[in-house]
Amino acid sequence: MAAGNFEKYKSDGSLAGNALEWLDARFPATSLWKGHLSEYYAPKNFNFWYFFGSLALLVLVIQIVTGIFLVMHYKPDAAVNANGVPVAFASVEYIMRDVPGGWLIRYMHSTGASAFFIVVYLHMFRGLLYGSYRKPRELTWLFGVGIFLCLMGEAFFGYLLPWGQMSFWGAQVIVNLFSAIPIIGPDLSIIIRGDFVVGDATLNRFFSFHVIAFPLVLIGLVAAHVLALHETGSNNPDGVEIKANKDENGIPRDGIPFHPYYTVKDIVGVIVFLMVFSAVMFWAPEGGGYFLETPNFYPADPLKTPPHIAPVWYFTPFYSILRAVTYPLFGLDAKFWGVVAMGASVVIFAFLPWLDRSPVKSIRYRGPIYKTLLTIFVICFFILGYLGTLSPSPMGELISQICSVFYFAFFLGMPWWSRMDKFSPVPDRVTMK
Amino acid sequence: MSNQGKVDCGRRRLVVATAAVGGAGAVAALVPFVSSLLPSERAKAAGAPVEVDISKLEPGQMMTVEWRGKPVWIINRTKDMLDTLPKLADAVADPKSEKNQQPAYAQNDTRSIKPEIMVVVGICTHLGCSPSQKFKKGAEEGMPGDWLGGFLCPCHGSTFDFAGRVYKSKPAPTNLEVPPHYYMADTRILIGEDKKGA
Amino acid sequence: MKKYLIALLFAPLMAFASGGNVHLDKWPGSVGDKAALQNGAKLFVNYCLNCHGASYMRYKNLMDLGLTETQVKDNLMFTSDKIGGLMAVAARADEQKLWFGATPPDLTIIARARGEAGNAGAGADWLYTYLRSFYRDANRPTGWNNVIFENVGMPHVLYGLQGQQVLNHETHKLELAVPGAMAPAEFDKAVSDLVGFMVWMGEPQQEFRRTLGFFVLAFLAVLFVVAYALKKEYWKDIH
Repeated sequence: MAAGNFEKYKSDGSLAGNALEWLDARFPATSLWKGHLSEYYAPKNFNFWYFFGSLALLVLVIQIVTGIFLVMHYKPDAAVNANGVPVAFASVEYIMRDVPGGWLIRYMHSTGASAFFIVVYLHMFRGLLYGSYRKPRELTWLFGVGIFLCLMGEAFFGYLLPWGQMSFWGAQVIVNLFSAIPIIGPDLSIIIRGDFVVGDATLNRFFSFHVIAFPLVLIGLVAAHVLALHETGSNNPDGVEIKANKDENGIPRDGIPFHPYYTVKDIVGVIVFLMVFSAVMFWAPEGGGYFLETPNFYPADPLKTPPHIAPVWYFTPFYSILRAVTYPLFGLDAKFWGVVAMGASVVIFAFLPWLDRSPVKSIRYRGPIYKTLLTIFVICFFILGYLGTLSPSPMGELISQICSVFYFAFFLGMPWWSRMDKFSPVPDRVTMK
Repeated sequence: MSNQGKVDCGRRRLVVATAAVGGAGAVAALVPFVSSLLPSERAKAAGAPVEVDISKLEPGQMMTVEWRGKPVWIINRTKDMLDTLPKLADAVADPKSEKNQQPAYAQNDTRSIKPEIMVVVGICTHLGCSPSQKFKKGAEEGMPGDWLGGFLCPCHGSTFDFAGRVYKSKPAPTNLEVPPHYYMADTRILIGEDKKGA
Repeated sequence: MKKYLIALLFAPLMAFASGGNVHLDKWPGSVGDKAALQNGAKLFVNYCLNCHGASYMRYKNLMDLGLTETQVKDNLMFTSDKIGGLMAVAARADEQKLWFGATPPDLTIIARARGEAGNAGAGADWLYTYLRSFYRDANRPTGWNNVIFENVGMPHVLYGLQGQQVLNHETHKLELAVPGAMAPAEFDKAVSDLVGFMVWMGEPQQEFRRTLGFFVLAFLAVLFVVAYALKKEYWKDIH
């Protein structure tokens, strides 16, 4: 499947043909096209869950394009203007009101941020369902975890930019987490902020990270993720390796060219996604107060913490895990271990390829243990996410502790329980359900 | 689809239909992006017409007001200054103001609505510098001895007369621009708007 | 099994319903009522704009309420001489801090800021309740207190219209001690109009946004039909 094994384009003598031949002699146009689209053979049994990869790519494009246009009008400046409002905050309202079409672009970007995480979480869940992270796709998975980490950073930096109350205090809380690290912690948080509080310096560097540094890394990782995937070929809902069964031309019998089959199918997925996306964007752009949190309609005020600070919804599962850790350990305080637990809860996904020891990949051929545990895991993830949006309470703390313990037990116990299950026989060929 | 062999008409129609509808959608999606490049409400507010009171402008004096971030000169020309204009018909490049650098109501010998009051954008039509006043006749202000008074652009030496007409063989291609304006009252001018219904 | 998984994913979302703690009266108005919005705008510039700014709004936007430029200039424009000017506050921020102990917040997007997670529309209810919940309190420097915003720094600017309420400490209910220029129902309507204006001002293009949404969705539905037919056509030979 690797690019480069394709014959160069030969002109049919027409002007367009000659131009293409000229191009192809100097640039791998044909081989890129064939290697990644028209002669990239994908399993023919992709289902609903396989839409989310291409949708993630779509949202990335939406975010980059809308971002480019927002940067033309946004000002990362914490200084106060003549009307007593921080310039950054006022510039967002300027986009919403004074820039023609600006409100729509801004809503695309803010809705896109939440959509990005929804799509990526569903894409990751697909991996869990069908064992997409298993050999030989470990590296694809690792690039994916890298994308997820990068996306979290991108979202975190971006959330400061409107310079509202939630932006400010959210950043304040998260940056202060770093001060929990022994010895270097306090200095590290000052280096991140560039000031003793979250201020103009912080806003400017977060802006730089958000519009340049992280998007560059993100695009690079996405390219690596796709290239690695196309090297091994895609997994499928049956977890069957389609390359193990090829016809006389070396084409997998269960494979179909990505283009046109999956391009036309993904276009349908894209349209359905855009319908949901537009419904939110036009009719509920605040996402019920979860996509645009209402305290963020107040400009940042370093002297007044809002009564209730919660991160945006996509961070809340991990934030809950942070808050669930309330015991000091080995002479280090609970705050430090909370940060460690939160970091671990994200990074632990990277170890999945080596934690999972089951003989089959897909949930279709795994037994009740995996189905039950995965179900509980998803429920725990949702409960943690919900609790993270609430103010701390003793009951919430206890529930989040139980869920956090299960969260880690799911991963750490996997080498054992994943082998114990009752498996059903995996077919030789994919099935069309 | 090399393995297809023959062209499938139904399929072709669907491809064209999807591309057409999708393409229309893509064009529509461009609207907010392209319109966001236009001047915003803030820019429009800043570029709104400017009202000027010229009751205190003495003959021979000039005042400058800002309109859309550009200097607009209002000159109360004396009889002497106006008399220089016909003399320069051969020296300036476009004596009859034939190039479209002024509204129709200012396309006349004095390039103004009222003969003595000149309203002109003080930006050289060459590369956008703002010319300086050289109102005194002769060499007194460093100009040639036969200078009748007007403006000199300090950047590349273009010269203009009291009607903002550019001299021949100078870098500036056209006369200075006369902005849309009208008299709201005898001594009040609105710069930036043509008279409504005119 | 597929359906079971999807249901499972979304079930926890349904299970949690949000519950508020303070009782708020429901704002009875709508942002589609132009006459009410015009009345609200009048109340706003007369009673609010003296201390609070609406500094992201331009006077010109008021023309979207069905007013002509002259109407806006003559009746509503007190703090700017340009129709494109911002609805900035008449007083100065530092002086206000001296008078009230804090700078009164900008009100352009107050209706959005007062919303809640899970109920973004609650901002209107809060404002509607707040503006009708002032009562006489001799212990406060302004002489006023508020049931849902205890020890608020703002005095009751609408008391001439509403009259003066007192808090009955036994029933914890507000009672009208001195009637104002308006009957209670009339006053409620006036506050509703004022709140409506603030909701509208929070996002002046919101009605257009909702309408545009219908067109976009309708277009996507058409596109879906064509694209789905195309997909079916290609996939008919895949088994």
